[in-house]
Amino acid sequence: MLRVRIIPVLLLRNQGLVKTVKFDKAKYIGDPINAVKLFNDKGVDELAFMDIDASKEGKKPDFELIEKFASECFMPLAYGGGISTIRDVKRLFAIGVEKVIINTVSLSNLALVSEAADIFGDQSIVVAIDVKKNIWGKPQVYSHAKKKPDISDVVEYAKAAERAGAGELILTSVDHDGMMNGYDLSTISKVSEAIKIPLVACGGAGNLEHLKEAHSAGATALAAGSLFVYHGPLKGVLINFPSSEKMASLFG
Amino acid sequence: MITIIDYGMGNLGSIRNMIKKLGYHSEITSDPEVIAQAKKLILPGVGKFDRAMGNLAHLNLINIIQNKAVEGTPMLGICLGMQLLADSSEEGTLKGLGIIPGEVKRFIVPKELKVPHMGWNLVHYRKDSPLFANFEDLGEARFYFVHTYKYLCQNQDQILATTNYGGDFTCALQKGNIMGVQFHPEKSHFFGMNLLKNFIEKI
Repeated sequence: MLRVRIIPVLLLRNQGLVKTVKFDKAKYIGDPINAVKLFNDKGVDELAFMDIDASKEGKKPDFELIEKFASECFMPLAYGGGISTIRDVKRLFAIGVEKVIINTVSLSNLALVSEAADIFGDQSIVVAIDVKKNIWGKPQVYSHAKKKPDISDVVEYAKAAERAGAGELILTSVDHDGMMNGYDLSTISKVSEAIKIPLVACGGAGNLEHLKEAHSAGATALAAGSLFVYHGPLKGVLINFPSSEKMASLFG
Repeated sequence: MITIIDYGMGNLGSIRNMIKKLGYHSEITSDPEVIAQAKKLILPGVGKFDRAMGNLAHLNLINIIQNKAVEGTPMLGICLGMQLLADSSEEGTLKGLGIIPGEVKRFIVPKELKVPHMGWNLVHYRKDSPLFANFEDLGEARFYFVHTYKYLCQNQDQILATTNYGGDFTCALQKGNIMGVQFHPEKSHFFGMNLLKNFIEKI
């Protein structure tokens, strides 16, 4: 039986790691290469990095930095941020990234997703969908880079990304980000019912029970930031990850 | 010193770093003279079969690798590097290295499974294999896979380990000091590290 995947998500800004609350209030938490080494020692099965400034500032991925931590990473690595061309995708695979995460560019054009999936195989192409509820509580596609999405309905957009050839979606709730009060279960279940490809849920995990809830709501894999970089009620920075046995007992 | 053969097929940084973490030295090279003198070889690889064989031919490495195999220099093929040990592959038209008899075929799996086979999967290994020594302490052995083709090994006694994906397939094999693994030890943390340690210390 394949295990439920648990993925720490690490946010990059100016070559450092930060953690946000509701996509804001970025707090510096450490050095990315050091974090990779710590997650290696903990036997994490997959790691995701996202550069939160690249697309917003119209910058390319920081290939040099990515190559540094990809080489130190003894587990599969996903990277997102600033990817806008096939050349970017190709270069990321060449320096040792296993999956690329496409977000901003696909909001107005899913062609890059289709082309990349054609060339590199859909299993390595992930579309990230950020979701924020509007004042009526309806989940809407949100753009951190302040681009207007072509499709604002989350379920419609998820289906379009799947049709375009994405091998996997990562659904992040802006409202739950950094709150550690549980995932946005209703959106997870709506999206998971609408698609066949794996759905990674992100945003809101504060304890292991939350991971289980999101899994029950329909997420194939669970991603989290705060849960794996903070410790205790005062949120001291401490890279942590549950043991393999603990995971196995959690998901039965 | 572990010699990692660089023939332009993928990033070799994580293999080098894992060896370094184990406390050993490695070199990444495409120099035929260095490879001819190597004490222990790793043949990595990600990409297409014909391109890999074409690159090896272009670098004048095919004969050298075959000679090293005959001499009995320990060699570990990883992923595509394992598939190159075969006689041929359905993925291409060029001949393989022909070191461990067998051919490489595309996965045929039930509809609900996807190809490529990608992700962590359980590996069932032969307990008497030095490459899988000391795995009992790590619990169920699992490794990270990404591949579309699989190795059909001609001689059953050369199969070291199997994995199930729409049926059992060979994920590790050995003929004398030459071995291959279909998964990526360099991306399989504890499990991969233990396997590379065994290759370095026990083969």
